[in-house]
Amino acid sequence: MKVVLKNLTKKFPARGKGSGDVIAVNNFSFEIPDKSLVGLLGPSGCGKSTTLNLISGLLRPTEGNILFGEDDVTSLPPEKRGVGLVFQNYALYPHLTVMQNIIFPLQNLKGKNKLSKAEMEMKAYEIAKLVQIESLMERKPNELSGGQQQRVAIARALVKMPRVLLLDEPLSNLDARLRLQTREEIKRIQQETGITTIFVTHDQEEAMSISDLIVVMKDGIVQQIGKPQEVYDEPKNLFVAKFLGTPPISVFDGYINSGRLFIGDEAIFDTDSKDGEVYIAVRPEGFVLSEKGVLSCKLKAVEVMGRDISVVCTNEKCTANAIRAIISAENRVDTSSDTVRFDLKKNKVFVFDKNTEERIAF
Amino acid sequence: MEKKNLKAWLYLLPAILFLGIFMVYPLIDVFIYSFEEGFNSSSQTYSGIGIYNYSYILRDPYFLQALKNTFILVMITVPVSTGLALLISVGLSSIKWLKNLFQTVYFLPYVTNTLAVGLVFMILFKPTAYSDGLINLILGFFGMSPVDFIDGPYWAKMLVLCIYTVWVVMPFKILILTSALASVNRNYYDAARVDGTSKGRIFRKITLPMISPMLFYLVITGFIGAFKAYSDAVALFGTELNAAEMNTIVGYVYDMLYGEGGGFPSYASAAAIVLFAIVLTITVINLLISRRHVHY
Repeated sequence: MKVVLKNLTKKFPARGKGSGDVIAVNNFSFEIPDKSLVGLLGPSGCGKSTTLNLISGLLRPTEGNILFGEDDVTSLPPEKRGVGLVFQNYALYPHLTVMQNIIFPLQNLKGKNKLSKAEMEMKAYEIAKLVQIESLMERKPNELSGGQQQRVAIARALVKMPRVLLLDEPLSNLDARLRLQTREEIKRIQQETGITTIFVTHDQEEAMSISDLIVVMKDGIVQQIGKPQEVYDEPKNLFVAKFLGTPPISVFDGYINSGRLFIGDEAIFDTDSKDGEVYIAVRPEGFVLSEKGVLSCKLKAVEVMGRDISVVCTNEKCTANAIRAIISAENRVDTSSDTVRFDLKKNKVFVFDKNTEERIAF
Repeated sequence: MEKKNLKAWLYLLPAILFLGIFMVYPLIDVFIYSFEEGFNSSSQTYSGIGIYNYSYILRDPYFLQALKNTFILVMITVPVSTGLALLISVGLSSIKWLKNLFQTVYFLPYVTNTLAVGLVFMILFKPTAYSDGLINLILGFFGMSPVDFIDGPYWAKMLVLCIYTVWVVMPFKILILTSALASVNRNYYDAARVDGTSKGRIFRKITLPMISPMLFYLVITGFIGAFKAYSDAVALFGTELNAAEMNTIVGYVYDMLYGEGGGFPSYASAAAIVLFAIVLTITVINLLISRRHVHY
């Protein structure tokens, strides 16, 4: 089921005098392809959870339309939309067993959709098998680990075969190891069921690792939509470039002067763009250690991480306190010297307009 | 370890001392009195030991009347007040507008003096030289004959006592239940809504189980409180409760000690022990039921 968002806007009325309406989601248009896994990504307060709640129907949009396939569901209440929603805290009913939790949505069915008890339990077992909790059916939620609760919540959302599955920060309550495992699991479940899935996260690694498409949002406005690698490789603006990637991208104050790109007084690349002030952003893997490199930095520390070496250094034109360059462990860094010189990989360097922060070709 | 124990006992001493002197010792004493026949508190003498005190009060029509009154009161007011309080709390938590105003209004009886409340009920129910009371005026408006609620038939008096009791105990229950309802995580309701759960089913399957601990707390304390009713009856019918057929067990105990024709600590003790046994039994039954139905 493809999901279409058309000019979706949600305003919350102002609280207190003098403050205007809060625009949580601003003119969001996007077509989510059938059977895809989409990550809504952004810092807290960017409107990603609001978007999810608009799709689930728990909130009504101020303007715009939501379509599931060809059906306009904008004015439908949540129960008529056929969505499955997994809450950040899972919202499992504490007084019911896992089995009772999973069949709860089925017991709501009425009329010709009504199922017998045996049918419900069969469906519950099927779905429990899919998320691998079939041995826990008689337990209460407080007897389960966080990861198991998560699976139960997903099973409860899936059991009625929703048209769209929505996950709100699905991994944020899990520890680091479980997080890795569970995100693979979400991907597997999504692929096995083929249900269009939209999830919200503030963790870019999480979004990049499993999504077919990611949507980067900021202040209610969509910044960029695309395949994770594309968005990483071709950020449209400075915000997207900074938001994706660990360690974060290094941003320098630079300028273009007569066909050359400068950081400080060091010319980095030749360019056709017109002169002016710019931001120059370099991915950590864009630095190449070189004795005659174009960029010189002050060496602070060298961290060996096995496969890679992380070189921590400073440059007075850098907008952050430290630059982190990731280089292959085969390189040897001369720690006796104060300065370290890098060449830069051209496809890992992005240039942004100083005022609009939009990317400019160079 | 020994030293730690000593310290612990030292810290507990003040509480143990006071509870021992003013709670445990009197309790034991009452138990002993209840078996001492013809105990005289001024001379501290008694004529014999046995269960005569119990057999006396159980044959005393005033005690039986008090027992009957108390049971009727308990069986009517506890379910009615808890049910009404639940209804009002659910109503209160689903409105936004004027919510605080209504909460205050419903809480007023709790902070109002019992006797002042009694006075209000007098105006509502008591016939005077000028009128038959507000309720009778309304009844008269619908063409019904006036009823004397204060000195009239037994059922009318019991009705007033029950209404009065319900009215007095409800604010506290509403307060507890509204806060219990407010503390249910909204996510449960959202989850249920997304799954297409009807309102009635949300209430039965989610709201009720979630607030069940508080509900049972209210039922248990409600039973205990209603069994100990006394001042409400006094506020409505005065101190001559035996004559008014409106005595309660606690009233009977009081009358046996200090009332007119009182001065029988043995009988009073026996009645108190009977009340204690009843309350204990009911509470144990309540707890057994709650263990099966309360989910935390």
